[in-house]
Amino acid sequence: MEYHTPGSFEDAATIAAKAEGVTRFLAGGTDVLVQLRADMVTPDVLIDIKQIAGVKDIAREEGGWRIGAAVAGAEMTEHTELGKEWPGVVEAMDLIGSTQIQGRATLVGNLCNGSPAADSVPALMAAGASVSVVGASGTRKVPVEEIPAGPGKTNLAKGEVISAVHLPVRGDNAGDAYLRFIPRTEMDIAVVGCGVSLRLDGPTVAEARVSLGAVAPRVLLVEEAAKAIIGTTLDEAALDALAAAASAACNPIDDKRGTIEFRTHVAGVLAKRAAKIAYERAGGAK
Amino acid sequence: MSMIHVSTTVNGDEVEFLCDPRETLLDVLRDRLALTGAKEGCGTGDCGACSVTVDDRLVCSCLMLGAEAEGKSIGTIEGMADGEELHPLQEKFIEYAALQCGVCTPGVLVATEALLKKNPDPTETEVRYWLAGNLCRCTGYDKIIRAVLDTAADLRKAS
Repeated sequence: MEYHTPGSFEDAATIAAKAEGVTRFLAGGTDVLVQLRADMVTPDVLIDIKQIAGVKDIAREEGGWRIGAAVAGAEMTEHTELGKEWPGVVEAMDLIGSTQIQGRATLVGNLCNGSPAADSVPALMAAGASVSVVGASGTRKVPVEEIPAGPGKTNLAKGEVISAVHLPVRGDNAGDAYLRFIPRTEMDIAVVGCGVSLRLDGPTVAEARVSLGAVAPRVLLVEEAAKAIIGTTLDEAALDALAAAASAACNPIDDKRGTIEFRTHVAGVLAKRAAKIAYERAGGAK
Repeated sequence: MSMIHVSTTVNGDEVEFLCDPRETLLDVLRDRLALTGAKEGCGTGDCGACSVTVDDRLVCSCLMLGAEAEGKSIGTIEGMADGEELHPLQEKFIEYAALQCGVCTPGVLVATEALLKKNPDPTETEVRYWLAGNLCRCTGYDKIIRAVLDTAADLRKAS
C-alpha cells in the first residue's frame, strides 16, 4: 500500500487520477481503517488529505459556513456559533459513534462512505448543503443530494475528491433538526433517520426541505414531504400529510435492525417530530 | 514495501520509528515502542480499549495509522502516573475495585482523564455518555462511574 500526504487537493486529485488499483482518501479513517483491517477494502493507494492547509477549519463563507474535509465531529460540537445556526447538522454528526469516534470522524467521510444510514447526510441534504469537488478539470460545487449513488457508492469519478462542505446562509426565522431511531440510547446505526430544515414567514412555513436516511438504497431528499408542510402552520393536517409523504417515499430493506413495515411507519413519525423541533427552533410557537 | 519514517511525541518524549503504511498507531505503540497499556479489543473502534489522546483529542489508536502520528503529541496510559505516584483516577479505580480483568481499564482511564480535563464537574449521565465507547465486559460499569464521579469531586475540592 502506498501512503501519500499531498499538500493540496489538486495534488490529491492528480495522485488519485494516476493511481492503479483501489484508491482511498484518508481523513478521519473511522470507515477506511475498519474496512482495511477487516480485509473488506485493501487500498493500493491511500491518500491522507490532512496535511492540506485549511482542512481542519470551520470558517465563515459568504454568510454561511465552510467546513473543511478533515474537521472532526467533536470540533463541530465545540463550535457554538455553528451549533446555534445549524443545530440539526451538528446534532446529526454528534450522533455518530463514541467520543473516540467523534475525535476523528468527518462529515465528508460520512458522505463518501455512501451508507444509506449515514446520520449526517440527511441533515446536510435538509440544510441545502453542497460540497466542493476537486478534479483534474478544476473545482465544482455539487449539492449533497447528488453525491450518494447507492450503498457504499458515490457519483464521484476516479480522480475526484471532496475538499469541503458548504452550509448556506441560515438567515432569520429558520431552524433545522435531525432525529434517528435506534433500539438503544447510543452507539448504533440508524434504523431510520430524518432531517428537516425550514423557514417561517410569521407562523407559516415558507420554505422546507425534508430528507430521509436508511429507508432506501441511498439517502433521499423528499420533495413531496416538503410540499406537504410549505404554506401551512404545521397544524395536525399538515403533519399527517408530511408523515404520509415521508412514508410513501420509503423503499427500505428488511434486516436485523428493522422491517420494511416498521421503517416505513417510523419515517413518518420521525418526520413529524423533526419538523416540530425545526419549527420551534425557527421561532414558531406550538 | 518501503517503511515510513515517523517523528512524534509520546507522553512528552520525542520518539522516532519506522512503520509499514498499514500499521495502526496501536500496532506501533505495542509492537515497536513496547507500550502495551493500550489494548486491542475489537480493532474496529467499538470497544475503546485502545484509547489514547492525539493532540489532547481522545481517539481509538486502532483507527489511526502509525504514519498519521507524524508531528503529533500522543498520550497513553503509560504517561498517566507521575513516576511511582498514581493519578487520582488510578487510585480511585483501585479503591472502588472498578476493574476485574483489566483489559478495558487503560482505555477507560485515558478516556475519563480526557473527560475531567474538559469537564471537571460531569453529571452521571455525562460520564455514561462519554464512556459509551469504552466497553467493559466484567464489572458492569457502576463502580467505574462512581469512581470517576468521586475523583471529579476530590479534584474540584483540591483545586
